[in-house]
Amino acid sequence: MLSLLRTLWAVFLHAFRTRVTVQYPEQKAYLAPRYRGRIILSRDPDGGERCVACHLCAVVCPVDCIALQATEDENGRRFPEWFRINFSRCIFCGFCEDACPTYAIQLTPDVEMGEYHRKNMVYEKEHLLINGPGKYPGYNFWRVSGVEIGGKDKGEAEHEAPPTDLHTLMP
Amino acid sequence: MTSPYPVATIIGVLIVALSIATGLIWLERRLLALWQDRYGPNRVGPFGLLQVVADMIKIFTKEDWIPPFADKPVFVLAPAIIVVTVLMTFAVLPIAPGIIVTNLNIGLLFFLAMSSLGVYSVALAGWSSDNKYSLLGGLRAAAQMISYEVFMGLSLMGVVVLAGSFDLAKIVEAQRKMWFVIPQFLGFVLFLIAGIAETRRLPFDLPEAESELIAGYHSEYSGMKFGMFFVGEYLGVTLISALIAVLFFGGWLGPWLPPIVWFFIKMFLFICFFVLLRASLPRPRFDQLMSWGWKMMLPLALANTLITGAAVLAFR
Repeated sequence: MLSLLRTLWAVFLHAFRTRVTVQYPEQKAYLAPRYRGRIILSRDPDGGERCVACHLCAVVCPVDCIALQATEDENGRRFPEWFRINFSRCIFCGFCEDACPTYAIQLTPDVEMGEYHRKNMVYEKEHLLINGPGKYPGYNFWRVSGVEIGGKDKGEAEHEAPPTDLHTLMP
Repeated sequence: MTSPYPVATIIGVLIVALSIATGLIWLERRLLALWQDRYGPNRVGPFGLLQVVADMIKIFTKEDWIPPFADKPVFVLAPAIIVVTVLMTFAVLPIAPGIIVTNLNIGLLFFLAMSSLGVYSVALAGWSSDNKYSLLGGLRAAAQMISYEVFMGLSLMGVVVLAGSFDLAKIVEAQRKMWFVIPQFLGFVLFLIAGIAETRRLPFDLPEAESELIAGYHSEYSGMKFGMFFVGEYLGVTLISALIAVLFFGGWLGPWLPPIVWFFIKMFLFICFFVLLRASLPRPRFDQLMSWGWKMMLPLALANTLITGAAVLAFR
């Protein structure tokens, strides 16, 4: 009986506690910089697309929400002709970001993606591609990779020595 | 001292009782939230007060479905009974001097009779739904309400002995010197517990125990028929709170403020207490509930009646 009264009093005292509710549209919860929210495609510091259309993100995606078509420009650089993420399927697991070899696909701390029509949840490349480098400001995949590409020969990348001319290697 | 404008009083009491009952939807949600460190409904209108309107629009426009296997006439009648019986009792409730629908000299007995009739509502609702859970809920409700009614009546006999009348207005007047809660504290506690059980409020909500019986006797009800049970429950809470104020806390009596204000202050304090009970106490098992009723409350109520009677005889 006494325990019941003590419970009543303890619950009554909760009236003077601070509220735990976050009044959402006015107050917003803090989302960490690495929060897994809306997916974007980033550009390298020179303004070129980072995505090399390797399909790794589409392959690793557990719900198959990523689709893309690869193509090449006049320099032989691969890039996606179109890139499509169906956010009504996406589970924001972040596997695509892990799989990406060029830091192109990134998850951002934005969760406000409500739509009235389901088809509006399908984001095309123009919705996904942003103008900045995202979480990795200095990184430029083409400047550090050893691949020979139009406008950049072998050995011209950063931290790279020119290739050895085999014909000069005399016994 | 019946009101000089009987029709106006009847309409006034009806409107006030029903609007308090619907307002309790908002009040209860806000108070529960207050005691659970939340805000509760605060979006629609000032302080979320228009939530009541939103809920009413919702419940009035919902499909009112009668299951094909239900016993139709009884199914339709059951929700009406509870609202009618509770509203009838408001007729004998003295709100302030002169504000009473009918000044029955057996007002208290009328209340007890009407609250007994309320059992039919839940028992019939449970039976006519033709659903196992509803039937279990109806059975529980009938058993609970009948056994708690016994000592509910007995716990009030001390008040009747002290006031010398079954007339609720006379009982209020008899408390001019001292509120009956002081000489009749045991009676007050017993009546409070019986009142919670009569209105099937938590922690005695076994007839509708969501975790065991889905929603008990009103599992099959939808739309405004369910709304009637809802309003009936809140009307019951209002009524029991008002009766506690009238019988034990001097009704409209109080200094400075006008009588009607005192009545509503006391009533709302007890309504808030009902919500606090819901926020804090767990539900007992059904056998615990029954053995409490018959083995503890009934002897205590009998002893209370006996001692009060003896004391009144001795000191007269």
